[in-house]
Amino acid sequence: MGARVMVVWCPDWPVVAALWEAGMPAESARRVPAAVLERGRIGAASAAARETGVRRGMRKRDAQAGCPDLRLLDAAPDRDARAFEPVLAAVEELRPGVAPLRPGLLALRSPSVFYGGDVHAGAVVAEQVVAAGAWDCRVGVADDLFTAEQAARNAAPQETEVVDPGGSAAYLAGLPVEVVDTQPDAGDLVSVLRRLGLRTLGDLAALPAEAVGSRFGAYGAWLHRAVSGTGSGVGHLGARTPPPELAREQVFEPAVDNVEVLSFSIRRTADAFVAGLAHHGLAATEVRVEVETEGAPGVTVGRDWLHPRVFGAADLVDRLAWQLSGSTRSPASRGGAPAPGERAATQVGAPVTLVRFVPVVAVGESTHAEGLWGGSTDERVARGLAKVQGLLGHEAVVQPVLQGGRGPADRQALVPYGERPVALRDRALPWPGRLPDPQPARVLAEPWPASVATDDGRPVVVDDRGAMSGVPGRFRTSTDEPWQPVAAWAGPWPVEESWWEEGGGCRLTRFQVVGVDGRAWLLALAGTAWWTEAGYD
Amino acid sequence: MTTAPDLDVLRARIRGMEQTGSRTGVELPTHPALAGLLQLRAGASYGVDSLSLAALMMAGPSAQGAWTAVVGVGDLGAEAFASLGVDLSRTVLVPDPAESWLEVTAALVDVAPLVVLRPPPRVSEGAAAKLAARLRKRSAALVALGDWPRCEARLAVTGLRWTGPESGAGHGAGHLDGRHVDLLVRRGAGPAKEATLWIPADGSVRRDRSAERMRPVTRLGEVG
Repeated sequence: MGARVMVVWCPDWPVVAALWEAGMPAESARRVPAAVLERGRIGAASAAARETGVRRGMRKRDAQAGCPDLRLLDAAPDRDARAFEPVLAAVEELRPGVAPLRPGLLALRSPSVFYGGDVHAGAVVAEQVVAAGAWDCRVGVADDLFTAEQAARNAAPQETEVVDPGGSAAYLAGLPVEVVDTQPDAGDLVSVLRRLGLRTLGDLAALPAEAVGSRFGAYGAWLHRAVSGTGSGVGHLGARTPPPELAREQVFEPAVDNVEVLSFSIRRTADAFVAGLAHHGLAATEVRVEVETEGAPGVTVGRDWLHPRVFGAADLVDRLAWQLSGSTRSPASRGGAPAPGERAATQVGAPVTLVRFVPVVAVGESTHAEGLWGGSTDERVARGLAKVQGLLGHEAVVQPVLQGGRGPADRQALVPYGERPVALRDRALPWPGRLPDPQPARVLAEPWPASVATDDGRPVVVDDRGAMSGVPGRFRTSTDEPWQPVAAWAGPWPVEESWWEEGGGCRLTRFQVVGVDGRAWLLALAGTAWWTEAGYD
Repeated sequence: MTTAPDLDVLRARIRGMEQTGSRTGVELPTHPALAGLLQLRAGASYGVDSLSLAALMMAGPSAQGAWTAVVGVGDLGAEAFASLGVDLSRTVLVPDPAESWLEVTAALVDVAPLVVLRPPPRVSEGAAAKLAARLRKRSAALVALGDWPRCEARLAVTGLRWTGPESGAGHGAGHLDGRHVDLLVRRGAGPAKEATLWIPADGSVRRDRSAERMRPVTRLGEVG
């Protein structure tokens, strides 16, 4: 069993925080009907106010009509966060590694081992939070973050709701879809789900993941994972959004237009950036490199870089160089060593006036500390490959990934090492027209122009109804190869798809052809033109 | 809080470091279908003439969790490699190293115990010797697709027989399914070894000894 997630929720936190700062003791504050106004509407209301019918989203006038002694407070997100700090500190005393999710909501690894079970641990944490002044707090414990939060929302004040290990999906299935409204960025998702006839999270979880993903995008896909009980677990908690003051920048006066000079000068800033993070016990796994150039003052061009491990100073210098040269290096010249006197490879598009490193995701340094004798294999691999990337450019070192598709070239993708693959097609879909196994070991990046003819030399074509003009008798895989007799063939297999040609939407007929030398090829007929797509090498 | 398995791992590493100089001859994991034909050894170079054979060579170390690298191959069929036993999550490709192929291959030898290289048309003896020294130092093996000076062993496909599509006047029925691959393994000046592999559609390669016994002198296709 992996580590469990504990979530502590303090309901109506904006109201609690506002009354707190107004100097009202927590004990009496909870009996005061109060609400926080957000843009003229009720943003949050205390339990006492809700009893009189005050609801979130109500207009100020309507709320006051229903509850004349309602105490109205202004919204102040800063205040909410500030007031939550003592609560975080109180929980951190019990268990380090507390992740604040939003003001009023925090998560931590359940310290059940120390306190003999999740329920006892929850009680200890709740006691500590109450001692810190937050009277109404509820604790939820589950395998993943989303379920733990829902459990906390279902718990009674100062009580702990525990979802059994592996029971997340069953627990969530019965909850109404309205609970999604509590998530940030939910927008009007709930009303859409309701109109689609989905009443409970179980209904949503029962849909195929890819259907939810294509209808609601990445957020929907995340939600589907969460409601299926396979949301992000405790590992995700370690990642903290690092404070922005850890960003480092360097101004170049005068502007610099040479990557090598830039790489040399930025070194100290990169060192300071890494040292600054390390001072807080952090190391960056995702960094945004921002660049301002002459001629476009105030316009910042940034790119987020991921590191398979954590960023060191040299890695940052590399990423900056790749980012700058990536925009100038043409695909044709990529990888080629620059000829003597050729300046293009080290020249940037416009002279650079400012470079800034911003930490996006940082992790506790200890999780990535180097092992004895230089750490693990993957780390050595990351270093070695970074060397090759430094030589040829970031995109020149790739990892193959499989994806869904019909043609052999569509079914794979190359992802630069260290980046996450994005926008892959789902392999679980049926993909009608895809080739039966075995798959070709040789998939040509660019198809070769091929020829197929009957024994008496007439070209073989396929008409609109799929009928062939003749039986393939001989073929050549490219115009440079000699003709050879066909030993065996299979097809035609018509496929409608946009092919590699401009305009797309081409009708394609695939054939497998075996030559007398025993080698098999995948040929495709588009109109009257034959192409070699792949070889069963 | 060091536990016993950790200690064993560390001791193994110390032993690894104490071995001075080369560790040539250390056996690398090899695909079981090649047993008796070829044993991959650290520090050696091998020549193959087909991508499927290269995948088969990669499958041994890759199945044991090692990284593998492929240099200069822009037409790799990832799905076929995966089905032959190559773990794509620990595979890196440098499809177009251009002039820097030697530096890139040398750098990848540091990282992966098996590197597949499609060399440029002419490779000098000097370049091959440089790489061989690096291979010995890093206990890695090189698989060259095509000609390579000084190969420990060369694997060549001498015959291919497909099952699936109907030959001759059949009207395109069926599809490619499995294949018998006749192999010739040459090692130095010694006698060449012959073998036949059976590669079914799912990529589970094995030796086909029955086909080796009844190999026909000429194949029907050559009548064509």
